[in-house]
Amino acid sequence: MHSRRTFIKLSASVAASVLVQPSAVLGQSDSLAAVVREYAGAASLREGRVKLDIAPLVDNGNSVPIEVTVESPMTDADHVVGIAIFNEKNPQRDVAQFTLGPIAGRAHVATRIRLATTQKLVAVARMSDGSCWTHTVDVLVTLAACIEG
Amino acid sequence: MTVARTLITVPTAAKRGEIIEIRVLIQHPMETGYRRSSEGEMQPRNLIRRFTCKFQEDGTTGSGVHIFSASLYAAVSANPFLTFHARATASGGFVFNWEGDNGFLQSDRAAIRVA
Repeated sequence: MHSRRTFIKLSASVAASVLVQPSAVLGQSDSLAAVVREYAGAASLREGRVKLDIAPLVDNGNSVPIEVTVESPMTDADHVVGIAIFNEKNPQRDVAQFTLGPIAGRAHVATRIRLATTQKLVAVARMSDGSCWTHTVDVLVTLAACIEG
Repeated sequence: MTVARTLITVPTAAKRGEIIEIRVLIQHPMETGYRRSSEGEMQPRNLIRRFTCKFQEDGTTGSGVHIFSASLYAAVSANPFLTFHARATASGGFVFNWEGDNGFLQSDRAAIRVA
C-alpha cells in the first residue's frame, strides 16, 4: 500500500515538472535551450516583453539585419540590463550579447549577423529585477553563410 | 594600434533628456575560424570580440560613464554594425572602443552638444 502511494505521488510530481517547462524552450535542440538557460542563470524564463525582428525569409545568410526591442521604461528602478541573441544551427550558439542600462533611454539594439542554415533564433532580455524574457523566431535561409565570401 | 575605417553616426546637438540613436560601423573581416581558403587551409580566426561605448562629460576626467557594450561572436557579419541608444544628459564626447583577436584595438570619439 505504502509503496503504491509513493509511486503515485512521485509520478504526479514528475508529470508536473514536465508540464511547467516553458513552451518556448521545448522542442528546440538541447544545446540552444542549454545556452539560453545558462544566460538566464537562476531566473525564470518567460515569453514576452522582448521582440526579435528579422526577415522570415533570408536570401543571403552572410549579412542579415536583426533588431531586438524590449518593452521597458528604462528608469533607474526598472530597466534592461542585458540582451543576448542565440542561434540553433551555426557552428557556435552565441551570436552577440549586449549590456546596457537606464542611460540608454531605449532598449533597442540592431546589428547584422550570419546564418549558416534555416534555423531558430532566440533573443533573451535580462531585466534589472532579475527576470528574463525570451522571443523565439524561425528563419528560412536560402543562401547560407560560411560557404563562400 | 591597428587602424580600421569606422563610420559613426551621432547627432552633433541634442536637447537635454532627448534619446539619441548611435550607429557605428567598423571595417573588419570578422573571420570566423570555421572557413577554409581556396587552397584548403583553415583560415585562422580573426574577430572583433568586444565593443564598448562610454560617455565622457566635458570638463571631467576619468574613463567616463558606461553607455553600452557588446560581446561579438563569429555569427556577427563582416564589418560589424551596431545601433543603440543613449539619453543626452550633458555636452561631452562618446568614446568607442573595439577590441579583438591579434591585438586588434581601435578607439574613436564623437562629440555632442547638449542644450
